[in-house]
Amino acid sequence: MNQPQRFRWAEFTIEALIRVLGFSTIGFVLLIFLFLLREGLPTFFEVPLGNLFGTRWYPTFDLFGTLPLILGSALVTLTAIVIALPLGVATAVFVREVAPGWARELLKPMIEVLAGIPSVVLGFFGMTVIAPLVRQTLGAPTGLTAFTGALILAYMSLPTLISVAEDALDAVPKSYRDAGLAMGATQWQTIWRVVVPAARSGIVTAVMLGLGRAIGETMAVMMVTGNAARLPLTLDSLFRPVRTMTATIAAEMGEVAQGSVHYHALFAIGIILFLMTFLINLAAALTIFQKRRRGGLR
Amino acid sequence: MAKIIAERLNFYYGDFRALADISMHIEEYQITALIGPSGCGKSTFLRCLDRMNDTIPGTRVEGKVWLDGQDIYAPGTDVVDLRRRVGMVFQRPNPFPQTVFDNVAFGPRVLGLHKKENLADIVEASLRGAALWDEVKDNLKQDALSLSLGQQQRLCIARAIAVRPEVILMDEPCSALDPIDTLEIEELMRRLKVDYTIVIVTHNMQQAARVSDWTGFFWLGRLVEFAATQDMFTKPTHELTESYITGRAG
Ligand SMILES: Nc1ncnc2c1ncn2[C@@H]1O[C@H](COP(=O)(O)OP(=O)(O)OP(=O)(O)O)[C@@H](O)[C@H]1O
Ligand SMILES: [Mg+2]
Repeated sequence: MNQPQRFRWAEFTIEALIRVLGFSTIGFVLLIFLFLLREGLPTFFEVPLGNLFGTRWYPTFDLFGTLPLILGSALVTLTAIVIALPLGVATAVFVREVAPGWARELLKPMIEVLAGIPSVVLGFFGMTVIAPLVRQTLGAPTGLTAFTGALILAYMSLPTLISVAEDALDAVPKSYRDAGLAMGATQWQTIWRVVVPAARSGIVTAVMLGLGRAIGETMAVMMVTGNAARLPLTLDSLFRPVRTMTATIAAEMGEVAQGSVHYHALFAIGIILFLMTFLINLAAALTIFQKRRRGGLR
Repeated sequence: MAKIIAERLNFYYGDFRALADISMHIEEYQITALIGPSGCGKSTFLRCLDRMNDTIPGTRVEGKVWLDGQDIYAPGTDVVDLRRRVGMVFQRPNPFPQTVFDNVAFGPRVLGLHKKENLADIVEASLRGAALWDEVKDNLKQDALSLSLGQQQRLCIARAIAVRPEVILMDEPCSALDPIDTLEIEELMRRLKVDYTIVIVTHNMQQAARVSDWTGFFWLGRLVEFAATQDMFTKPTHELTESYITGRAG
């Protein structure tokens, strides 16, 4: 009687502990979100929408146009993905399909180490090495451009992209490869026409996860993009300085008076950023869900 | 006339000898069935005929396989071309997760046939050849995985014949199918042998007796008996064969 009783107590305690931890995680996320809303929502009453979604961000003159920042983030992030996607997929294909066993064992941990490099280090590297390179090759007045930021971001999203894409390739059944080879397709044709298309939804997920990580990145981007809040609408915008949402918040939060309109506006940017990341993650989750339902994982 | 001749073929997975001194003639435009208990080397032998065993590391082949008088293991053999000439249908239907059309068009596309001929014509002819055309012609864009298993297997046959092979290897093509689909595939094989040489591995004695012209009986990596199917099933010369086909062994 005594023995089982004690056993059940342990069980109960552990269960309760796990439950508390689980719920408190959800609670913290909720609290952060509520805080974000409380600090940011007033903006939508204090600043006219025309101003808030205008084209000029000059808080000193009460101009809070977030459009240049949103587009700046979009420009840097999308360019980063355009660079990272082919590189990442090619690397994943190499690691999973082509590299001999020993090379794979060596490459995989190295790619994971890449993910662990602090972003400030990458930013420093970008400032001192990449930016001068960009300036020289482009003959531009400055190397701190949207393109430089995109390069660094691409580099940062590569580890996630590669490992998720590699898992997707790994999940493609051997029977598809056999079928391709048995048809007289070469190894390359089998990879590009059978294996990669079959892993497509997984690769899309990889891109979205990389994208989600890139759009929220702050430090490295702030260090290399030049931070000029101009509307990146002309063709050469990619090679001009640009300012992202994250960099704006990070740079200005320190010097703003708490409770001021400017302060609230920075939080409003945070809300917008949060919504964008949320939508991207949601899209990623939906593709995974769809893949499961279609039986793509068998 | 013999389309394929295996001559003292040995096959090793590492140190394990999975095939021992197999010699066999496979006649053109005939169906040759390979039977025998699980693990006796039927699939291994079949995969030697289109060199699919090359994809398994640590394996080794000795002996010769002649296809139209050419040794397919001779140095300098174009394996890709060999596999075009010798097609394969697998145990589990394995269409690509693409449309019906793209599945059949896969081979012609990678081999560049579509540059000389109309791709849609090739696809239609292949689907007709595999007795699937009437069921899918209204919706060639549907996902191949949405077909029934029997249809998927016929799609795999259509995919295989789209590159106009000379030989079709089938490894237990009906083991995942129900009896009706099975009979359909057997019927199809009888029609296909007019144009193709067929080798089929099967665990189903009745199936071997029903469709094949020749039967080879494998046992522990050896070819115990090879004969015209009628003879094999009416007057087997080996005791082992007799006990296997009557269900007393294996
Ligand atoms: N990839 C492999 N690596 C090592 N041994 C293998 C491999 N494939 C098959 N074998 C071995 O080779 C022998 C013959 O296998 P094979 O698959 O050719 O038999 P089978 O006659 O086709 O059997 P089944 O009727 O079960 O399909 C078996 O003993 C098997 O364990
Ligand atoms: Mg087998």
